[in-house]
This record gives sequence, C-alpha cells and structure tokens, in this order.
Amino acid sequence: MSSRKGFSRRGFLQGAGIGGVLGTGLLERNAVAAPAPAGAAVAGPGAVPITLNINGKPVNLTVEPRVTLIDALRDYVDLTGAKRVCDRGTCGACTVLMNGKSVYSCSVLAIDAQGRSIQTIEGMTSPEKMHPVSQAFWENDAQQCGYCTSGFVMACKGFLDEHPNPTEEDVKHGLGGNLCRCGTYVGVRAAALQAARAMKGGKNG
Amino acid sequence: MANTPDYSWPPMSQRKVIGQRINRLDGPVKATGRAKYTSDTKVGGMLYGAYVACPHAHAKVTSVDTSEAEKMPGVKAVHVMAPAGTEIQWQGWEVAAVAALTELQARDAARKIKVAYEAMPHLVHEGDLTKAGANAKQGSEQKGGNVDQAFQQAEAVSEGYYGFPVITHCCLEPHGQVVQWQGENASAWPSTQDVTDYGGQLATSLKIPATNVKVQMDYVGGGFGSKFSPDAWAVVAANLSQKAGGRPVRLFLDRNMEQIIAGNRPSAFAKIRIAGNKDGTITAWDSASWGSGGFQPGGPPPQPYVFVNIPNYRRVHTGVSLNVGPSRAWRAPANQAASYLTCCAFEDFAAKIGMDPIEVFRKNVNYAQPAFQERYQFQLSKAAELAEWKKLWHPRGQSGASPVKRGLGVAVGTWGGRGHASNCRTTIHPDGSVLVEIGTQDLGTGTRTIITQVAAESLGLPVSAVKLEIGRSDQPRDGASGGSSTVGGVSTSTRKSAVNALERLFEAAAPALDARPEQLQAVDGRIQVKGSPEKSLTWKEACRKLGTASIAEMGSFNGRDDGAGLSSEGAAGVQIADVSVDTETGVVSINRYVAVQDCGTVINPKLAESVVYGGIIMGIGTALFEERIMDQQTGRMLNADMEFYKLAGIGDVGDIVVHMDIRPENDSKGVIGLGEPPAIPICAAVGNAVANAIGVRVAQLPMTPDHVLNTLEGRNA
Repeated sequence: MSSRKGFSRRGFLQGAGIGGVLGTGLLERNAVAAPAPAGAAVAGPGAVPITLNINGKPVNLTVEPRVTLIDALRDYVDLTGAKRVCDRGTCGACTVLMNGKSVYSCSVLAIDAQGRSIQTIEGMTSPEKMHPVSQAFWENDAQQCGYCTSGFVMACKGFLDEHPNPTEEDVKHGLGGNLCRCGTYVGVRAAALQAARAMKGGKNG
Repeated sequence: MANTPDYSWPPMSQRKVIGQRINRLDGPVKATGRAKYTSDTKVGGMLYGAYVACPHAHAKVTSVDTSEAEKMPGVKAVHVMAPAGTEIQWQGWEVAAVAALTELQARDAARKIKVAYEAMPHLVHEGDLTKAGANAKQGSEQKGGNVDQAFQQAEAVSEGYYGFPVITHCCLEPHGQVVQWQGENASAWPSTQDVTDYGGQLATSLKIPATNVKVQMDYVGGGFGSKFSPDAWAVVAANLSQKAGGRPVRLFLDRNMEQIIAGNRPSAFAKIRIAGNKDGTITAWDSASWGSGGFQPGGPPPQPYVFVNIPNYRRVHTGVSLNVGPSRAWRAPANQAASYLTCCAFEDFAAKIGMDPIEVFRKNVNYAQPAFQERYQFQLSKAAELAEWKKLWHPRGQSGASPVKRGLGVAVGTWGGRGHASNCRTTIHPDGSVLVEIGTQDLGTGTRTIITQVAAESLGLPVSAVKLEIGRSDQPRDGASGGSSTVGGVSTSTRKSAVNALERLFEAAAPALDARPEQLQAVDGRIQVKGSPEKSLTWKEACRKLGTASIAEMGSFNGRDDGAGLSSEGAAGVQIADVSVDTETGVVSINRYVAVQDCGTVINPKLAESVVYGGIIMGIGTALFEERIMDQQTGRMLNADMEFYKLAGIGDVGDIVVHMDIRPENDSKGVIGLGEPPAIPICAAVGNAVANAIGVRVAQLPMTPDHVLNTLEGRNA
C-alpha cells in the first residue's frame, strides 16, 4: 500500500476488505464534515441565513441546516454542473473543490461549508476558455452521456494539484472515487495524464 | 427533380469529413459542466414532487390517509395512485405523491401520508426452481434433428450449469421529468431515449390530443434501454401539476428507487449438454433454461447463439414470475445471456476434448449465418493476434504453481443494428448558413457529431459550418434510440436531406456558372463544375443566388430500405479476456481485454471506439461485480444504492484494446448500429478466462470472490 499516493475510497475499501489495512488519511479528508466544536451556536431546525464563498464570490442563502452543499449549489444557486447521483458519497458526480481539495458535496452540509472556499466546475472552466483538464477530457473523449464528467473533471483537478506528476497507476487510484456508467475510463486515464503535462506548463493551472 | 439524386456514400478514399476522428461536438459543454440535462432544468414556478413507494413485495392497500400531508408547509398538491383495494406486486410500487415548493418539503409531506397494507405471500428468487411453485411455467420443448441419437454416437459429451443474474441499469441521471399540465395542453422535459414518441404516449395517458404535448430534451444522463416511454412517474407528475393549478412539477426518482424499479436485465440460468467429436465438431445441443423478467416472466435467450444451425437441438425454457420491479431492455436484450450460455458451454466442450477453444469456434463457424462466417474467421484471428493468444493461452487449469492464475477466454457477439425510420430537414439560407433539424436525441453515443459530419460531408463544408438542432417534438420525426438503430436512421435521413437541399442550391447556382445543375458538385466550400474546378462559386456566393428564399428540404428513411446502400444491419465481434485469479482471495482482475468489432461504414472512428470501450467497461462491471440482491424474507432489494451495487471503477478494467474492423467489404454494407454489439460478449469471455485460469467453471456470475472461492472449495459449485 505504500506505493499509493493519496487516498482513494475504493482503494481503501479493497484494502480493508482483503488485508485489513486502514488508510490514515480518512479522518483528515473528512474533517470538513466533522461535528461542530463544543460551545458552537445551535442552528435550525428552521431555515437559517448562511454565506458561502462560491467561485470567489460571497453568496447569501437561507437554507435549512440539513440542506447538503450539492442541493444548495443546484437548487438555490442554479450551479448544476455538479450532479446528485448516489447522494451517499459513493460515485463522485457531485465533486467540488473546497479549500482546494476535492470533496463529495452530497456529503457536506451547506451550513458546514461556510468560511471555506468552494470552487465548482463553473468557476474553473468554460466552453469558451477551457481549463486544461476540460480540454484534455474533450480531446481524449473522456465523456459519453457526460453526467459523471463534471465530477471527474473536478476530481482530476484536485488530484493533479496534489500529484502533478502522476503515473497511470496513480491516476487509477486518485480517480478511483468517481464512477462512470457509460464506461469512459480509457479516455479519463489519457485525459488525466495529458492534463498533467499541460498544467505543468503553468499557464492555466 | 426529374431523377432521383445519387444518395450513396462517397468512396472511402474521397471522404473529407466522414471517417475523420473529429472530437465530440458537445464535448466542450459536457467537459465544463454547462450541458443542461433534464434534471438540471428549472422551469418558472416549478414545484418538487416526492412519492410514497410500497415497501412490500406483494400486498393489498387497505387505506391511504393524506390529510396530514395536505396540511404540511409548502404543499401544493397531493395525488393518490393506489387507493384502498389496490393489489401491489413489487416493492417500490407508486402509492401516493405530493408536490411542494421545495424538495425537502415534498419529502417531509410524503412521510406524513399514512398507508396501511395487508401483506400477501411473495416470491423474489428464481435461482432454485424447486421453490418457485406455481410461479414457474415451463414452455413447450423445441426440437430439431435427432438429439438422443447424436448424444449416443458422440465421441465426447460436456455438460455444465450456468447462472446469469439480474442486474440494474443504474443510469447516473435517474428516471424522471418535469411536466406542466394545463387543461388540454401539456409540456414535458423528460430524461428519455425517445423524444419523438414520448409526447404521444403521455397524451394517451392524460387523455388529451397528442398534438397538444410539447417535448423538449437537450441532454440525457444514460438510458441503456431503460428510458423509453413516459413512466408512471410522468403521469404522477402531470396529475400533481394539474392539481397545483398548472404549475410545472419536477419528479425524479431518488437513487434507492432508481435501483429498485427503474429497470433491470432479466436473469438466465441453464443446464446445457453438448455432444461432438474429438476434432472439435459439435453435433448436438441440449439445454434446459429458466429465468425471470420480473412480474412478467419473460422468454428464453436465443440458444445456441451465433452458431444457430447446429443440426440436432433440444431446448426448453421455464419462465418465473417474481414480485419484483419489471425488467426493461438492457443494451442488447437477451444477447448477453445468450452469448454467456453458448460461449461458456462451447468452452467447456473444448476443455473436455482438450482443444483450444478458438479452434473449436473456428471448426463450428459454418453453423453461423453465411454472411458472418468469413468475418468471424477473420475476427477470431485478429483478436487472437492482439491478445497474444498463441503465447499466453494454455489448456484449462495448466496455469502453474503460483496462487495467482492467469487465463484467457474468448466469446462472440452479433447484433442487427438497422436504422430506425427517420426524417431530417436541411435548411440553406441565402447568407450561407445551414441548419439541420431532427427530433432525435444523443445518449452520449455521439449522435450530434455524426449527424453534423454526414451533413458537412454531403454539402462539401466543414462541420463548423453546420448548425444542428435536436431534441424537440416539433422537429422532423425520428425514433427511439434503442436497438442500436439511431446511427443508421439519422445518417440515412441526414444524407438524403442534405443531398436534396444541395440539388436545389445547384439549380439556383447553375446559371451563374453557365452549367446545368447536374454538372455541379460541392467540394471544400465551393460549388464547382465537375471536371472544371476553375468554374466555381464560393458556398456563400452560391447561396446568395437564392435571393431571399431559403431552401428547406426533407430527407426520409422508412427504416427498411434506403435504396442507396446507406445503411444495413448485421454487426459481428470477437472479444478475448485475459485475467488473473488470486486463488487465495478469489479476486479476479482484468489484465487485458481485446475487442475486434465491425459496424459497416464508420462515420467517426474515435467515437466508435469510445462506444466499444464503453460497452466493454460496462460489461466488465457486470462480469465481476454487478448483481441485484433480493431478500426472500422481506421481499426487498438489499443493495439498492451505489455502495453495494458496485459498478466497475477506473482501476478495475485493465488495459483495453479495441480494433475496429474497418475493411472495404465491411464499409460497403453502409452504416450499422454499434451501441449494443460490443456490450454482448464480455461476461462470456471473462467467465471463460476464469475457468481457463483456475481449471473449473465458476458457474454463477458475477465473478466475485465468494463465487470463485465457493467453486474452488466445491461449495454450491
């Protein structure tokens, strides 16, 4: 397991199932969803005002504390790039970056995302000015129906920021937390490696 | 036009756009999150729907009380679909629904609906026929030749049991729609594989004229055969909309319900005997199969598959009715099961006589339809070469002393793929702009891109000069994207439409070139005189000759014969799996997977390869991981999520090698659909590779560690 760079949920489950090895990164990565510290004010259960920093801009919302970040983004701000698919932290279609790290936005409460920098695919890339990751996904045909693609693109960005020189094996582990039903993984592998090369140019990364 | 224009495809060597590896035209909007799927759609005043699903597999509704739900905050409508007295036949059956201002309000209110049930006996398992009782109905025996005599005279007889479980479609975008119903008019924004027919079907359910339903869809997040007609949820949403004074209602299934009721692939189990000679010739087939398509038991997969003309055969099938959500078409219905049963039985026969299975397939290829025999011989050779079969294959079980055993397996597939009836309109404006319209849909197979390529090729333009609009019910009629019928349909209608429009442009431009219209051709953005390219107009100059009147010409395909060889049917493919099996853990991993696939004229090889990669990756998931697990005690699905219903991930699929069999003899067949063909042989190829690696047949899919270890230990084997 030592050869693995970073943490992948699927890799973790395989490892735990077969060898009983626990990844120590789990708690760190999930810290954003940790319970509030003692003494924090109780919010809810009714709707409460919150402020989210989305794509560099403060956004004021009134949501119930149980509203997840994915639902806040999609239903309250109409940022629909991230998709709600499994709604249980399995498939990665809802991936956004929070303080630069990829998170499953279905598994983060909107109220807990306050005070953090949230980047969605809309804030990173556009058809007119594609980020190298998007460009690589297009050129390597790493999408079919495209419903998983936004999550893959964001997970890929988060992964490459931490692992700028990945091998193909690294990509398989690093993007193992995202699922595609159409079967675009061959394109995704090639896209991640191409994007890594492009981002090292430093112009768009 | 006095004469019918020549619609046939240009010769391979002269094509400028068709055959090019053009990047998917909707790639930029998909890779930047801007593609708007139906589930992303917000319509003004939209309400959110939620519904109550029956938790029982078989029950009678004794009462439904919605009074408390009606008083909940934000609720605008409540609708009961299954009133007291309704007999429910599966878990997930729609009982009652609410529409509210927010999704959470709708869910909260749905929880307040009180439904009482009287539970009834249920059956949710079909694997053991002895427990199926009256739910199992045996069909009539089908027989040919003299089976008993063939088995008596055979030099070798192999027999085996094979199990192919129910799997779910697991579309990432769940089933659902937004519907607005106001009086005699309705608008629908569905997630569907059939924009053209959706409105008419919804109109029938709502008892309003089909002319009054408008349907619109830009992007669909997966269908795979499960998203054709408006489902119960569309009718529910419409009723909620009407009750809420005509406000649009959004109703999408949550993941749990998506897995339970929104589609699954029927199971197939079989005991098969094969008789033959030691030279590999198979002489007789004898199979007893059973399976379930859900509450409707369904029919048998075709057996023997591909090798259809085995002279002596006997087969009997038993259908089992279960209290589970109904099956739906699943990317090559019945063919994956058929390939699994046949190719695994062939491999077992090959192992019985100690022969290389590829040689057994070759020896019996004359049992395939004549049109396929040469292609299968070629593809078997090509696949063997790409998989290094001669170097890596070994007789069954002779895989060395290491606990990790490597093995290879082969399987075949075939599919019709004829285009569906389709209509296209090409408009050429005096300013030179071109609009192509078809009421079709792009499931992610590349339909937008290939329509545009065909139009551009036909008009002598780059793809950037053609604007395409699809996905509306008021556009020219297309058909359902099922059975790999879309590419043949839309490419044929587009070709005809574009050629018809070009003829009209030639008529307008001919006087200025001092030529007759039939002397003109469109090449590289110019209209020129054949043989005298110096006599030409640019595309825009030619279009200006139209004055103020645009050209709008239709192209139609009846779904049978286009008269020009533009499309046909009959795809074939051979696939080889190279796997390693850890006999201590039971884990099967894919080393390499090879596919050789033909599909006639290939409009975009890059996108065609993507479809083949996709079919294989989906298939690897079904071979290694996927299975709907039902609990007989409670009648419920145990893995109705994406954690325990496991799809293949990016690290699970090995190296995949795709060889598109683009030879002139295949190209001359015209366009043939490709969606289903590559998704067929995977379970069989992987199953055969596992048997080759470990020396025994793992009968029951998926090839999970428990199935592998049970087989190795002789449990349930």
